[in-house]
Amino acid sequence: MLPSLVPLLPTENDWITFDIPSLAQNFWSATFDGLTFGAIYALVALGYTLVYGVLNLINFAHSEVFIVGCYAVFFTLSSLGFGPSVPRLDIWAIILNLLLALVLAMVASAVTAFLLERIAYKPLRQRNAPRLVFLITAIGASFTIQYLIYLWRGPSPELALTMFRPTPIFDVFGTIVDSQQLVIIIAAVIMMVGIDRFISKSRTGRGIRAVAQDPDTATLMGVNKERIIITTFVIGGLLAGAAALFYVMKIPSGVQYSGGFVLGIKAFAAAVLGGIGNVRGALLGGLLLGLIGNYGQILLGNSQWTDVVAFVVLVLVLLLRPEGILGTSLGRSKA
Amino acid sequence: MSMTDGPTPLRTAAAEQAAEEREASSKAAGKSDLGQRGRRKSGSFSDRWHALSRQQQWAFLVVVVILAYLLPLFNPPIITTEPGNNFALACFDMARFALIAVGLNVVVGYAGLLDLGYVAFFAVGSYCAAMLTSPDSPFLHIPYLWTIPIAMAVTMFFGVVLGVPTLRLRGDYLAIVTLGFGEIVRILATIIPAMKGQVGFQNVGHPPGTEAGGTPIFSNSNGVPWYWLTLTIIIIVTLLVGNLERSRVGRAWIAIREDEDAAEIMGVPTFKYKVWAFAIGAAIGGLSGALFAGQVGFVNNQKFDVTTSILFLAAVVLGGAGNKVGAILGGALVSYIPLRFTAIAEYKYLIFGIALVLIMIFRSQGLLPARQRLLAYGRTALNKITSRDAEPKDTGIPPAGPEGRVAGQRGAEA
Repeated sequence: MLPSLVPLLPTENDWITFDIPSLAQNFWSATFDGLTFGAIYALVALGYTLVYGVLNLINFAHSEVFIVGCYAVFFTLSSLGFGPSVPRLDIWAIILNLLLALVLAMVASAVTAFLLERIAYKPLRQRNAPRLVFLITAIGASFTIQYLIYLWRGPSPELALTMFRPTPIFDVFGTIVDSQQLVIIIAAVIMMVGIDRFISKSRTGRGIRAVAQDPDTATLMGVNKERIIITTFVIGGLLAGAAALFYVMKIPSGVQYSGGFVLGIKAFAAAVLGGIGNVRGALLGGLLLGLIGNYGQILLGNSQWTDVVAFVVLVLVLLLRPEGILGTSLGRSKA
Repeated sequence: MSMTDGPTPLRTAAAEQAAEEREASSKAAGKSDLGQRGRRKSGSFSDRWHALSRQQQWAFLVVVVILAYLLPLFNPPIITTEPGNNFALACFDMARFALIAVGLNVVVGYAGLLDLGYVAFFAVGSYCAAMLTSPDSPFLHIPYLWTIPIAMAVTMFFGVVLGVPTLRLRGDYLAIVTLGFGEIVRILATIIPAMKGQVGFQNVGHPPGTEAGGTPIFSNSNGVPWYWLTLTIIIIVTLLVGNLERSRVGRAWIAIREDEDAAEIMGVPTFKYKVWAFAIGAAIGGLSGALFAGQVGFVNNQKFDVTTSILFLAAVVLGGAGNKVGAILGGALVSYIPLRFTAIAEYKYLIFGIALVLIMIFRSQGLLPARQRLLAYGRTALNKITSRDAEPKDTGIPPAGPEGRVAGQRGAEA
């Protein structure tokens, strides 16, 4: 019996190998790349966090809101003549084209989010359905949108588009930071700061916080709850559309019917890591998760480990600190 | 939070039962409404079913079970999936889905926890069976039948490992964690060399026994013995789950599903029972995974799409969450429809995705609504008390007699 037990432990290499030298060597490039991915996660995570804050609902279909934005970016840019090769346009023309794609993607995602809320969630809210019903509807809606895209565009990813050639901007610790990384990180952070200001300063933002804190009292105080809920979904959609542009910029071959699914889980993990329902938490969680995922991927030697690492982070956060790093809810964030 | 802590299914179901009974009485009065035909029909079927005596119910069930066993031999002309798909194998597939639905029903239907990565447990079970029997695997090899309990134990372990961190928290987190887990298992099967990715494991074992000609009884191409085996397992599992449902554990699950806080306050150790529900569901998933691996004889990373979990969920929701007969029916239907109507097989994910949303919006109790057992128990108790008071003076109808029960229900409702 004993000899037959020996093969129970195959050689260590068959399971998991840690490539520490490679991580040490690529540490800084992994950091900048991780921050770039993290900025994208953060933008998508905001959509989860806002809806969760207001409705206490994990909107599974948010990943599909995002992927609709990706398709909008793809169709806009390919109709503007972008292709796999670097476009021969001057810098201002490219910027204008990208801005147009950004606006269209934001509109497409926001419209999707709006329709989703009206068609799938509103009837349930009016009926006061139990939570399980909401979650099942959310996953059903996510699935429906995903397979509508599948039937329309087929299983393979769309043609990769190059928006511009990433040019080196500056050096940090011998690692080049290129224009693409810089554009994504800066644009995403500006948007996040803008949303944070909007939530904490504007009238609508105050309404969102009020509904998140206590929907009934907010209604009594004259807040139009339905309008706030719609606004929340639309804001989430707008940000997902913006994330879509950066995602296609970073991963040109990622426009695929199932492309939103895993990114959605990672974005949700980011939201939980930062503290779900917390706008700043989404930014922090997104950036951290981007870093952790990227380090893990290099350490373990296969890009698919990013997803596994993000998942393990999610489970660990839930185990150790379920309220997340910043931990407050949307309602209690400071006025 | 008005929308999250709104009326519980218990209240809804009570209202529905009341509505059904109102409909039934309006039918008796000769009114009929076309729009309500479907609901009234199901109401009257379950009324008729519950009006039967225990012996009649058993006799009916025995006939249904025998017919189910004979199904692949008859190969009935309209029902058959034949030109497109081998009918015996289709029967096995239906039985596999039904078994999965029974397992998932424990998690979703009884305990009200949303498990979106059920396919992961199914995959773990399949890999257990494959890695312990296939000649491609470096592990020790054991007879196939032994892998079934091992697969169940291993998946149960995974269920506990996933359940303990997440079930302490609100139910939503379980949904996203299981959704992630469904994808992670597939990724791990791809990137860990020992799991052999797409190459997979061939010649997975099967139960012993050969026919006269020397070919094994449980071959990959012959669905009938596999179907019979799975059907037997379904019956055993359903009986066990039914017993659990009626026991203290089942009452705790239903209490948790209806209102977790109230259950906790009433002294139900909710965390413990949630982990139990999750682990038992996982074990049944592993069991069906091991059966699947044995029948197909080949396991690789391509067979366990996370999207399949949504089909499993659709099976439970379609049949009626919380109703084990409904789960079996739903599982069989979700598998049968794409196999029978091959023209729409391509659209099955879309169809079941839309079905999920529509069922939730318009008929969240599914095809066969779960009878609210707690209410029902309350009623039988009430009937016993009321009929004991009334009985001595009345005719000699036994207290548990069918008419007495129905009349008592009406009385309790009024």
